[in-house]
Amino acid sequence: MSTQHVLLGLLAGGARHGYELKRAHDARLPRARPLAFGQVYATLARLQRDGLVVPAGQERDGGPDRTAYALTDQGRAALEHWLGTVEPPMPYLASTLFAKVVVALLATDVDRARAYLTAQRRAHTERLRELTAVKTAPTASLDDIVAADFAIAHLDADLRWLHTTLDRVADWHREVHS
Amino acid sequence: MTQLAARGVVKAYGRTPALAGVTVDVAEGEIVAVTGPSGCGKSTLLHCLAGILRPDAGEVTWRGERIDTWSEGARSRLRRTEFGVLFQFGQLVAELTAAENVALPLLLAGTGRRVARTAALTWLERLGVADVADVRPGEMSGGQQQRCATARALVTEPRVLFADEPTGALDTLAGEQVLTQLVRLAREQRTTVVLVTHEPRIAAYADREVVLRDGLVDHTGLGLDLPLAGGHR
Repeated sequence: MSTQHVLLGLLAGGARHGYELKRAHDARLPRARPLAFGQVYATLARLQRDGLVVPAGQERDGGPDRTAYALTDQGRAALEHWLGTVEPPMPYLASTLFAKVVVALLATDVDRARAYLTAQRRAHTERLRELTAVKTAPTASLDDIVAADFAIAHLDADLRWLHTTLDRVADWHREVHS
Repeated sequence: MTQLAARGVVKAYGRTPALAGVTVDVAEGEIVAVTGPSGCGKSTLLHCLAGILRPDAGEVTWRGERIDTWSEGARSRLRRTEFGVLFQFGQLVAELTAAENVALPLLLAGTGRRVARTAALTWLERLGVADVADVRPGEMSGGQQQRCATARALVTEPRVLFADEPTGALDTLAGEQVLTQLVRLAREQRTTVVLVTHEPRIAAYADREVVLRDGLVDHTGLGLDLPLAGGHR
């Protein structure tokens, strides 16, 4: 994920300082990989260096000075370009899960591959249940629901693959070693 | 505490075995998903637990009392008063409006027309479909129909709701909306739910999964999954 572009997007509605950006990020992208404060400030520094944001005043609220940042025209153009670019749909099969089954079949045997597939399926099923609880909680916001939906749909797709592959693993092993 | 149980239940259709000795305990207020591949016997188990089918062997108990030996009339009364049933589709009476459909079980149980209508409207509201109260099923979306069917299954405030692939005929979003509301209301009312599904993402709504394979309980538990044995080549 491009942290730079997410921060540009969060600044599209008006100037914000680092702390506000971190909070907005966590609210709008629940369950994203955690974003540290240090990363926010480092990214803002890079965006400023590249002319995509500019400092837009200081704010003091009982604590240390906070610098607010605003999008430049160049920053807005970069954001527009990013939003208009279609992501390549799965250009590579870059899944550790997939690679692990292939390697298990190459390096060991069918039982080992099955044991891994079964254990992975259990972990996926547990995570599916956790995320379903998150999205059906009465307090769930639409942010939570949409984020959980994304994860659920991907876990569900993986689970279907795990089920099917368990049924195919013996044939697959024969082919790999023929 | 066990509310509903199957003990060594066997059921065949002619020479085709469906259940080969299934034992399952369901606690009061529990939401249990019965899952497994096609033809594993999950719908047959639901029908036996709900007293719709009578097992060839084994026992079905409701609050410690055997019900599989009861007469059809007694089991039918039990289903009307204590159980609610929800199927995949095609359960609403086409000639009746949503409110009339939902009021139907109450009217059959002898409730007055006005009280039944009020209860029906309350349940349609809870399922988020109050706006179609006076609409007939043919003019509703699949999701609206299934929410009405859910309202009708819950209007008698059953102790147990049996749901057989209740979202099977719906698109993903409509299915999830039906299920989210069903689960939320069941938890509020402490209604036990026996949910038959072949989809992992639907089973994930339950507290516990009972996984069947070839007419037997393969295993049961929280988020357990299918075993290695059997069917895999």
